Amino acid sequence: MIRGKSAIACGVLASIHGLALVANFAAPYSFAAQQREFAWAPPTSVHWLDRHGHFHWRPFVYGTNGADESRMYPLRFFVRGASYRFAGLFPSSRHLFGVDAPGVLFLLGTDGFGRDQFSRLLAGSRISLTAGWLAAILSLALGTVLGGMAGYYGGWLDDLIMRMSEISLALPWLYLLLAGRAFLPLDAPSSMAYLILISVVGILGWARPARLIRGLALSLRERGYVLAARTFGASGPYLLRTHILPDAAPVLLTQMALLAPQYIMAEVTLSFLGLGIDEPVPSWGNMLAGVQHYHVLTSSWWMLLPGIAPAVVALCCFTIADALAGRRGVVPL
Amino acid sequence: MIRFAVRRIFHAAVLLVLISLCSFALLQLAPGDYVDAMRLDVSISPGTAAALRSRYGLDRSLPSRYFSWWRSVVRGEFGVSFAYGMPVGSLLWPRMKNTLLLAAIAAIGSWFIGILLGIATAITPSRVLEHVIRSVMSALLSTPDVLIGLALLLLAVRTGLFPIGGMGLIDSGSTSARARDVAAHLVLPVTALVLISVPVLVRYVEAAVRDALRSPFIQAARAHGIAPWRILTGYALPAAANPLISLFGYSIGGLVSSSLLVEVIMGWPGLGSLLLESIFSRDVHVVIGATLVSALFLITGNLIADLLLYATDPRIRVER
Repeated sequence: MIRGKSAIACGVLASIHGLALVANFAAPYSFAAQQREFAWAPPTSVHWLDRHGHFHWRPFVYGTNGADESRMYPLRFFVRGASYRFAGLFPSSRHLFGVDAPGVLFLLGTDGFGRDQFSRLLAGSRISLTAGWLAAILSLALGTVLGGMAGYYGGWLDDLIMRMSEISLALPWLYLLLAGRAFLPLDAPSSMAYLILISVVGILGWARPARLIRGLALSLRERGYVLAARTFGASGPYLLRTHILPDAAPVLLTQMALLAPQYIMAEVTLSFLGLGIDEPVPSWGNMLAGVQHYHVLTSSWWMLLPGIAPAVVALCCFTIADALAGRRGVVPL
Repeated sequence: MIRFAVRRIFHAAVLLVLISLCSFALLQLAPGDYVDAMRLDVSISPGTAAALRSRYGLDRSLPSRYFSWWRSVVRGEFGVSFAYGMPVGSLLWPRMKNTLLLAAIAAIGSWFIGILLGIATAITPSRVLEHVIRSVMSALLSTPDVLIGLALLLLAVRTGLFPIGGMGLIDSGSTSARARDVAAHLVLPVTALVLISVPVLVRYVEAAVRDALRSPFIQAARAHGIAPWRILTGYALPAAANPLISLFGYSIGGLVSSSLLVEVIMGWPGLGSLLLESIFSRDVHVVIGATLVSALFLITGNLIADLLLYATDPRIRVER
């Protein structure tokens, strides 16, 4: 079943989601903690060899973010740091790794407030990943219900639903998203903005899955066992639930693997443009938004690194989707 | 042919009207309007705000606003932009031309590269080449469009090879000098758009060519001893063209969509940057106008694809 590349992809995806779940624990700092004296600090380099050429089993960093080579701070595991709730439940102040107090460890550098980008990336992964998956679930649920009804019942319902889908497919995706986002409040608090983002992306993406499921329902309803169940007097909703939906499941799974990364990208794009999730809560999109300023782009290249996270997730998802669909014609547009 | 075209154009027009109706209804339901967005400015008194509302017609009912909007559409104005204080039509027109210029050049470039690489992957005997092209394309497909744009921008800043931001520096001077200036400014956004759109095209072209090469008539041609090159150009490619023509229509939508982002990142004065700006200032008529123009691009792309398909594929003519 799952072999080779797709097994690796599943593993990578699982570990990224695992990291997101325990983001507070895996991050050396709190995502909001500011260390102003280290604003725009480049990524800290982690060494095994010291300046005298001696090898250390325990990796270490130099003081003052690598500038002061006279002091060394070894990397420690399960260090005490800012307190948080592990997996949102148990209060704790242990962090997976870190360095002792005057030393600092910024794996991906810091932003203009001296906030650790790596910790923000981990915290942001919670927002971005859940937003992507929830929006994909919403889209697929809408698409399945509407597409299933259109294909199964046919007639005017089919016409109505298909015309509606044509309207939303007649707009380029990003224009559709922006136009949909435009009629909702722009200056909402973070949690509200998060819900708005999920519903806009999820609802506006209904058309493609709906058309797909409609095609499936059209062909499935003529199958012998469906016709047989119908002659026994089975109702429409019953047939959709017990006969058509299970047969559509593999297609839905593939669609899920295609839609989720697309919607994670949608979050990245919208937040980048300032229409998604706003500061101070980090997300993969708004972490890139700062790079729009010319001076940030020219002097702090590490601010681009958060963009690699969605790329890895998308690569894994597309690999899995390919394996599920048998490698053909499944690329999203 | 003409009847087919007329029917398709009619269909497209109905779609556009429906889109305008939907977007109008949704945007008017939106909480807060242009005047609300201005209220942060303390120098605007409630009286001024009310006067502005009635001047812009924001206090009238939805149907009456929709019809007066249609009257201005007939005049080619598409309503009034609150922020610019001028008809939306004259605001949209130059932006539309800029986006069209960018998207058209990017479309030509990405289809050229996409077809070339797609055919190469489909027919190459070298597993290494196939693997390399596939891996690069997968990586590009997975990279967020934002990151592609920003990375290119960083590259341009570091190397200083290409001008960044805007569309041109020279306002006057000879036509050729201005054209060269615009062309230099086009390099970066076009490259970004090509990198964004090419992976999808390569995969579709590859799949179409592979499909065509597998079909029985190709095997028959091979058995007759026809040269491989002639089989490809004379038999397989025409057969593969069909799905690709319908893809062309959709690819326009993808291009216009990515061009919005690229325009914002690279500061290209196109439709996308105008739309974003008008969303932030709640300039509703501009939002609707820009959305409609983007739909027009996509619908026109699909229309061209339909007509091309009608011209190239006799089966469609029989069906209708």
